[in-house]
Amino acid sequence: MTAMLEIRSLKTEVVTSEGRVTLIDDINLELAAGEVMGLVGESGSGKSVTGLSIMGLIDKPAQVTGGQVLFKGKDLRNLSEREIRSVRGNRIAMIFQDPMSTLNPVLRIDTQMMEVVHAHEKISKQAARERARDALGMVGIPSPEERLSAYPHQFSGGMRQRVAIAIALLMSPDLIIADEPTTALDVTIQAQILSIVQKLARDKGTALIWITHDLSVVAGLAEKVSVMYAGRIAEQGKTADLLRRPMHPYTNGLIASLPAHNQRGSRLKQISGTTPSVANMPKGCAFHPRCASATQLCLSPPQLEPVEGRLLRCFHPVMEGASS
Amino acid sequence: MTLWIIQRLLQAILVALAMAVIVFVGLHLIGSPIETLLPAEATHEDRLRLIADLGLDRPLYEQFFLFLKGVLQGNLGISYVYKEPAVELILSRLPATLELALAAVLLSLVFGVPLGLMAGWKPESAFSRVIMIGSIFGFSLPIFWIAILLIMIFSVQLGWLPSSGRGATQTLFGIPWSFVTLDGLRHMVLPAIGLSLFNISMVTRLTEAGVREAMSSEYVRFAKAKGLSPRRILSVHVLKNVMIPVVTVVGLDIGQTIAFSVVTETIFAWPGVGKIIIDSIGALDRPVIVAYLMLVVIMFVIINLVVDVIYRLLDPRIRLQGE
Repeated sequence: MTAMLEIRSLKTEVVTSEGRVTLIDDINLELAAGEVMGLVGESGSGKSVTGLSIMGLIDKPAQVTGGQVLFKGKDLRNLSEREIRSVRGNRIAMIFQDPMSTLNPVLRIDTQMMEVVHAHEKISKQAARERARDALGMVGIPSPEERLSAYPHQFSGGMRQRVAIAIALLMSPDLIIADEPTTALDVTIQAQILSIVQKLARDKGTALIWITHDLSVVAGLAEKVSVMYAGRIAEQGKTADLLRRPMHPYTNGLIASLPAHNQRGSRLKQISGTTPSVANMPKGCAFHPRCASATQLCLSPPQLEPVEGRLLRCFHPVMEGASS
Repeated sequence: MTLWIIQRLLQAILVALAMAVIVFVGLHLIGSPIETLLPAEATHEDRLRLIADLGLDRPLYEQFFLFLKGVLQGNLGISYVYKEPAVELILSRLPATLELALAAVLLSLVFGVPLGLMAGWKPESAFSRVIMIGSIFGFSLPIFWIAILLIMIFSVQLGWLPSSGRGATQTLFGIPWSFVTLDGLRHMVLPAIGLSLFNISMVTRLTEAGVREAMSSEYVRFAKAKGLSPRRILSVHVLKNVMIPVVTVVGLDIGQTIAFSVVTETIFAWPGVGKIIIDSIGALDRPVIVAYLMLVVIMFVIINLVVDVIYRLLDPRIRLQGE
């Protein structure tokens, strides 16, 4: 099976006259049609930048400076502005974090939905409207026909995110990149949104990249997971495998710090130190100042290498039984 | 909505009343118009007769209540100087001022909004920089200087456009207008440009700032992710959001422009209301001043009403009070 999306050594930097700052580097991902991948990392780890880089939506002064984004065999980076526009929202859709600000406050829902259909397909107004209505119904919005004429402020946060998802689904894309779409929502709403997306993606055979900082979300949703740290992929593999037996000390720390793994009454485990800033990256392995098993070796940069059925960027993998 | 309009009108009446009181007291403190109205050879009897004629021998509060009585009968007094009803005097001149001010505001929108959109869309381009620097000049150069420069270039040197007067007018709805005749339009060009340069600059800068803010917003990023064309994003998603502050400022600005037009009217010999009000203030011609200010209050209220309604159309989140 050939990959639908293949990302090779993707690199995005902020380029100014004073110099370059790397935001993400050496990002490698593979996604088959209909596959769901979790992209996990802390704030500032570069997971959102990765999503936007795939879409070619990185804003100046940042820009994608290296690597390939092969979508169905074509490198999206080589497409003209017009060509990539015909992919965006059509074959690859994106959902953003804050549903309160992603919808335009002064435009009606039907305007914001129908314009997507019209941008990608020659179709009558009536047909576009029907498709918009059906999409709203699909994401569980009651009386979609009436709600089409509503404005975003007349929806709750959870409902707005459903609208955003409906917009993403309008053209039945091959891939949806979801950038923390449940982070800004209540826990109960989170679960609803999660199950809607999961169901629709499965029914329609849509592949998903689910960007999140929440490992527990990934556990129930994704087949594969990539853990990012400081703009690079630290570890990548099958979700069940990786969560059961994390090999990168960072992944290990992340899992250990989940409250569910904690003995009641004992202190919560945490990873000491803080995420490094992009302007001030540690030499070698970016994680080594926070890592218990760091050695002299870690001052040189480790490569992403296949280890036991997964990809790992570490000189000192956590071994079975040695879990902290 | 009706309730809201009624509320607004009641407020307007209160404001007009308060203003009338202030004008009465203020002009009373400044002095009596008698000296400027009397001919040099007037006798003491002439003087007393004039004071009695104008009702200036009565106490101020009585004058004020007489004035109010007149207002209720639709009579705002008779000009001391022109011996004509003040309202008619002003209404005969107001269309000239209004049409000039509206032309200036129209120009500011027609030029300011597209220029601002362009400058905000590509702030790094040389063209945008030229627009933004140019707008600083438009902001800071005094109107009278620009007006004189315009006359120098287009009337004196090139001889393309007339520099003074209103030109031929044509009556529409019983009011003479310049904009309906070609000659009138030609007369209007220079004063309208002179009056609008400041407004164009302001609208340009306002739009530019709005576009730059909107461009970094999440909804524009989402619109891009939907695969929309830049034209659609700019003309629908961005423009509608940017117009909200622009409408506010332009609304306030119509009033400002009418006030500013005094200078422009003087330079271009435009027979508007600006000239009359300056003369009336000089002569302490109270009925004209009060009538003018009352009309201005009413005009402002109407402008604000219109602005609020446009607001409501632009931004669905805004609800009018009482709705």
